[in-house]
Amino acid sequence: MNHAYQKDISGCGLAGVISRKGERISGSVVTKAIWNQHDRGNGLGGGFAAYGIYPEYKELYAFHIMYSHDKAKRETEEYLKEKMIIHHLGKIPIRETEKIQKHPLLIRYFTVPSLSDEERQKVDTGIVCEDDIVVERVMHINHDIEGAFVFSSGKNMGAFKGVGFPEDISEFFMLDEYKGYIWTAHNRFPTNTPGWWGGAHPFTILDWSIVHNGEISSYGINKRYLEMFGYKCTLLTDTEVVAYMLDLLIRRHGLSYEVACKALASPFWHEIEMMDEDEAKALTAIRMIYGSSLLNGPFAILFANNRGLVGLNDRVKLRPLIVAEKGDFVYMASEESAIREICRDPERLWAPIAGQPVVALLDQEVVDNNKSEMPIGLQTTGAI
Amino acid sequence: MRDAQTIQKKNGMVRIDSAGLYYRDLNRIIRDEIRQGTRHLDLVNINGQRYIADAIKAEVTVDIHGTPGQDIGAFMNGPIVRVHNNAQDGVGNTMDGGKIVVDGMVGDVCGYAMRGGKIHIKGDCGYRVGIHMKEYYEKVPVIVVGGKAGDFFGEYMAGGRLILLGMYSHHPERPIVGLFMGSGMHGGAIFVRGKVDEHRLGKELGVAEPTAQDREILDVFIADFAKDFDLDAREIMSEPFYKYYPKSLRPYGNLYAY
Repeated sequence: MNHAYQKDISGCGLAGVISRKGERISGSVVTKAIWNQHDRGNGLGGGFAAYGIYPEYKELYAFHIMYSHDKAKRETEEYLKEKMIIHHLGKIPIRETEKIQKHPLLIRYFTVPSLSDEERQKVDTGIVCEDDIVVERVMHINHDIEGAFVFSSGKNMGAFKGVGFPEDISEFFMLDEYKGYIWTAHNRFPTNTPGWWGGAHPFTILDWSIVHNGEISSYGINKRYLEMFGYKCTLLTDTEVVAYMLDLLIRRHGLSYEVACKALASPFWHEIEMMDEDEAKALTAIRMIYGSSLLNGPFAILFANNRGLVGLNDRVKLRPLIVAEKGDFVYMASEESAIREICRDPERLWAPIAGQPVVALLDQEVVDNNKSEMPIGLQTTGAI
Repeated sequence: MRDAQTIQKKNGMVRIDSAGLYYRDLNRIIRDEIRQGTRHLDLVNINGQRYIADAIKAEVTVDIHGTPGQDIGAFMNGPIVRVHNNAQDGVGNTMDGGKIVVDGMVGDVCGYAMRGGKIHIKGDCGYRVGIHMKEYYEKVPVIVVGGKAGDFFGEYMAGGRLILLGMYSHHPERPIVGLFMGSGMHGGAIFVRGKVDEHRLGKELGVAEPTAQDREILDVFIADFAKDFDLDAREIMSEPFYKYYPKSLRPYGNLYAY
């Protein structure tokens, strides 16, 4: 495994918007917000995550894959034919622009895993679930197939990212033509790397996506901890660990968003000393069990999945984050002006407290509507 | 860059419509105008442009309508900048003189390494406000915050005056100040309207009631603050203030000596 990685230092810009009642809006909205923060990046990375964009395929995992060369594509597709059932596939639509130089092959596949007998048994007895199998498939492609990277793998969502300013990436991927109810965006300012397509944010696994401003100085510890659970960090950027950490803590271990955030950005011991006994006991337990998932380093992150959008700062607030609300919409960004670019007069606008997550959830109706109705094993044909 | 409609001149005041104007172009226009003798600039439709009024040494007035970007008034010495909305991070970063007035809240590191002048904030402020403020003889910078402050208020202050009122806050649920207030402080003074819980104070701080001389100076500062926002100075002064000061000039002097 390649243990070289890059730190994302400092600059970076974040923007996010959610319609809690599930109103699907164009990607041009969040693009305006991230464009307002143009100078928080240096053109070496831009990216977006969008939710609710593939309603007609909502029960299929949408794999967005980038290939450096044809060989990687052939190898991956062989693997996919064997291990997944592909219902639809095609090039991710792009609009050629001189602002985006040289891009990898960008293909998307709408799939579900094809289970071996052993896997089927594990699923039937509840040892693993379909999502776990998908994670394994993604880890295999990213780690074992040279030149191929799955950059999103969730249902009814997708990541769009690459080397360029985010507004140019948005134009390149034609995000104005997509409609989603959660959007996040990132403007990258790497100082240690020439920038590569896989290194842009967001980082994803299943329907988790994360955009990050800051530096994960606990990367080594986090990575080693995650490796124990089968997650392989291959994208050469520290932020990757956060996506897998969320999947582990929230999806696999069943922690709530708030409790997971208490593991990622725990209160100080001297703060715990001042809490009442029950709370102090709980937080001590979290800190001790999940010590290796504590994120050290300055950060502001926006993470999302098919349930909602969350913003979180490190405990000593070394990166900016502003949140605003208007009706069903919640906005989060590095700078207030980015929010005002797309929402002139929010009803509320505030800077969250360090270490305390702001959780904006979709209405239950929207979440239920999005759930898969197709049980495993009854997938129809249309396969490759 | 549009010019004709962008700049309007009337009665010695220059109005710049900044919608869609890139910050570098805006700041160049501002400097050109000042060089040509303009003394009052009115910037409208501002949204996120950075570095406004940075390093300007002239005595000019700049009105900002909209939310300016990072670091307004950095290194400046002379201008009076009024923001008619919220401001963002780095307000008055390393400011040398002049005044910044904000009709709303500010973000983090306001008055970072400030060496002179005044900053008046009507509402709340973020983290690390007044960090490493300093003074030199009669050159004493002052920041007055009408609302509440986050953690690290006055962190490693070397001089200057921070005044925290906690009165015009949008966060009734929050304490008047966060944690680690005055951590590493070794000069200057922090005046708070009301008492701060001890666990929020840096270990370097002592607390005392303001002396008569302190109260006189506070009156002057508060009168000016109240005037800027059309508030009642007497109401502000009606509650007791407490003075937080460094107990030592070298708070970490013993750190490496045994």
